[in-house]
Amino acid sequence: MEPIIRVQDLGKQYHLGGPAAAYSTLRETIMELARKPLRSLTRNGNASTIWALKDIDFEIAPGEIVGIIGRNGAGKSTLLKILSRIVEPTEGRVELYGRVASLLEVGTGFHPELSGRENIFLNGSILGMTRKEIERKFDEIVSFAEVERFIDTPVKRYSSGMYVRLAFAVAAHLEPEILVVDEVLAVGDHRFQQKCLSKMHDVATHGRTILFVSHNMGAVSRLCQRTILLNEGRVVTIGPTPEVVQLYTVSNTLGRAEYLQPAAPQKAMNLRRVAILKDGEMRAEVGYHESFSIHVEYEVNRALAGGNVGIGLFSADGTCVFASADFDAHPELLEMRDAGYYHADVEVPAQWLTNGRYVVHVYLSSGAGTEIYDSPEALVFTIVDTGTPGSKYGVRRSGVLQPILEWKTERTS
Amino acid sequence: MQSFRLPTEPLVVIQPSRKWSLLNLTDIWAYRELLFFLTWRDVKVRYKQTALGAAWAILQPLFMMLIFTIFFGRLAGVGSAGIPYPLFALGGLVPWTFFSNAITASGNSLVGSAHLITKVYFPRLIVPAAAMLAGLVDFLLAFLLLCLLMVYYRVTITVQILFLPVLVLLTALFSLGVGTWMSALNVKYRDVRFALPFLIQLWLFVSSVILPSSSVPPKWRWLLLLNPMSAIIEGYRSALFGLPFDWPALSVAAVLTLLVLLYAIYAFARVERSFADII
Repeated sequence: MEPIIRVQDLGKQYHLGGPAAAYSTLRETIMELARKPLRSLTRNGNASTIWALKDIDFEIAPGEIVGIIGRNGAGKSTLLKILSRIVEPTEGRVELYGRVASLLEVGTGFHPELSGRENIFLNGSILGMTRKEIERKFDEIVSFAEVERFIDTPVKRYSSGMYVRLAFAVAAHLEPEILVVDEVLAVGDHRFQQKCLSKMHDVATHGRTILFVSHNMGAVSRLCQRTILLNEGRVVTIGPTPEVVQLYTVSNTLGRAEYLQPAAPQKAMNLRRVAILKDGEMRAEVGYHESFSIHVEYEVNRALAGGNVGIGLFSADGTCVFASADFDAHPELLEMRDAGYYHADVEVPAQWLTNGRYVVHVYLSSGAGTEIYDSPEALVFTIVDTGTPGSKYGVRRSGVLQPILEWKTERTS
Repeated sequence: MQSFRLPTEPLVVIQPSRKWSLLNLTDIWAYRELLFFLTWRDVKVRYKQTALGAAWAILQPLFMMLIFTIFFGRLAGVGSAGIPYPLFALGGLVPWTFFSNAITASGNSLVGSAHLITKVYFPRLIVPAAAMLAGLVDFLLAFLLLCLLMVYYRVTITVQILFLPVLVLLTALFSLGVGTWMSALNVKYRDVRFALPFLIQLWLFVSSVILPSSSVPPKWRWLLLLNPMSAIIEGYRSALFGLPFDWPALSVAAVLTLLVLLYAIYAFARVERSFADII
């Protein structure tokens, strides 16, 4: 099938110092001019620039929903910004065979002083809808957002939930041939998010093409047939979503058996080391029949109430196997944690996790979870098949856990 | 699944633009509704949360007129081409206020719309243009005040008033030119925000708002030609109060306005592609 989006050799170069700091004052420019002759002598290549994107090639067929994933700084946002024509590429070419609407944020251009009604028109027109289109869909937008009673109230008086719902509602009623969506579904309550996802799905089944950037692997898996994985500005792979998501989750930490971080005295709590230990030894692979511990070292720089340490264990497809926090066992630490260096070990029983790769996330946060001190995607380790019940009988058992449970079987007659 | 036919030619091609890329006029036409909505937003929002509301559009030139009348008309006794000084001053202040507000608003408009520019595509020229057009509404309000004053002084309207729309158009185009240029410069050099108020204050003194151009010694008068605002403001007085037009000066002003506008659009288009990178 002919593609609706064709991207060829796309690249985007930024000057170091970051796009944010790139504007200058006249004085700096004049200084720069005076320095130029010197600089051209001492300059060594293009060391002061980085490629945010390089050699990007892909094609997308009409009606596809394609996910774009990658860790922060992989170039996802830059790619979306180029596709939505906000920034210009440094090299390469994109051909779009349809109208594009981009949704890099909800409520772009909302003005707090204007009423809901006025903002629907303003926002709709900023997103590329015509006035007629907005008028036709107005009632639908209002009822989708569930703000009928407040439609003539300035949005500055809206609750944040209402505000987000209204903003979503306008965006959800866009009808371009190509829709480019950034991590916008991260806000709003769960029920409304589901409503938006299913609305997007409807849109896609009507032949529209959607490019969807997200950190939420669940949403990507549910919505997208194909996914593009970016890393350091390059395409790692393009393929069926489950495979790409799995690759990402695993490659994200590249089998790191130990995570180390320097001291950071300015933070209240600071993670120093995470490792998978078996009998005090560091391991990247653990046998199915072995128990092991997740070892966490952290520093408390000042006495702290409400601080807590948690771990999450994820399977390679992004499913959370379990999450656990230290106050489960030590409620007193939630009340007060004195300054000092701490070691914590979480025992994971043997004959429990099925063979495969797992990711450990660690987080240090304040009690209400409002402030996160540290939350790296810390480790990847493998449970090696040392004779799981499944392999013994030559079948791969489904499920993340493969415990050997006690069966009480009696013959009753 | 496919419910529409793909065009054989791409609708949009995104690639690094050539240095001499021209302004995409069809794009601006396609986004004309956005121009309307942004103008409408600026007008609606401008006097929100003010006690006097849109009266500010009238009070600004009114107070300036009173101050000018006291200091220049009475104390300094400057000439006013044979018409009452308050009328002379207001006749210049109404277009001047439009011009100065328009270039201030559009000069700061791009930087003030950073949240839009980094989040969604539309032809960027719409931003300074909308800021200028929003000033036009204030201009019309202030113009009502001028009409009242003309009634008070029993000014007889002549056919020359038919030329008024051309003058308004010239003012708008010149404001657009200067404002657009300033807005593009402002993205790169935030100095513009601080320099612009000074520039406007200086500009006021050489724009025949306070003194008629006839009070400038003849050997220096050619210098006034370099400032289209001077001829345009004198033009307003001619059209409204039935004074003779200075056609050569107006022609030069019209040519300069077009040149400034073309240069501004060219300069704007050259930096437009990097706005989102550096704003």
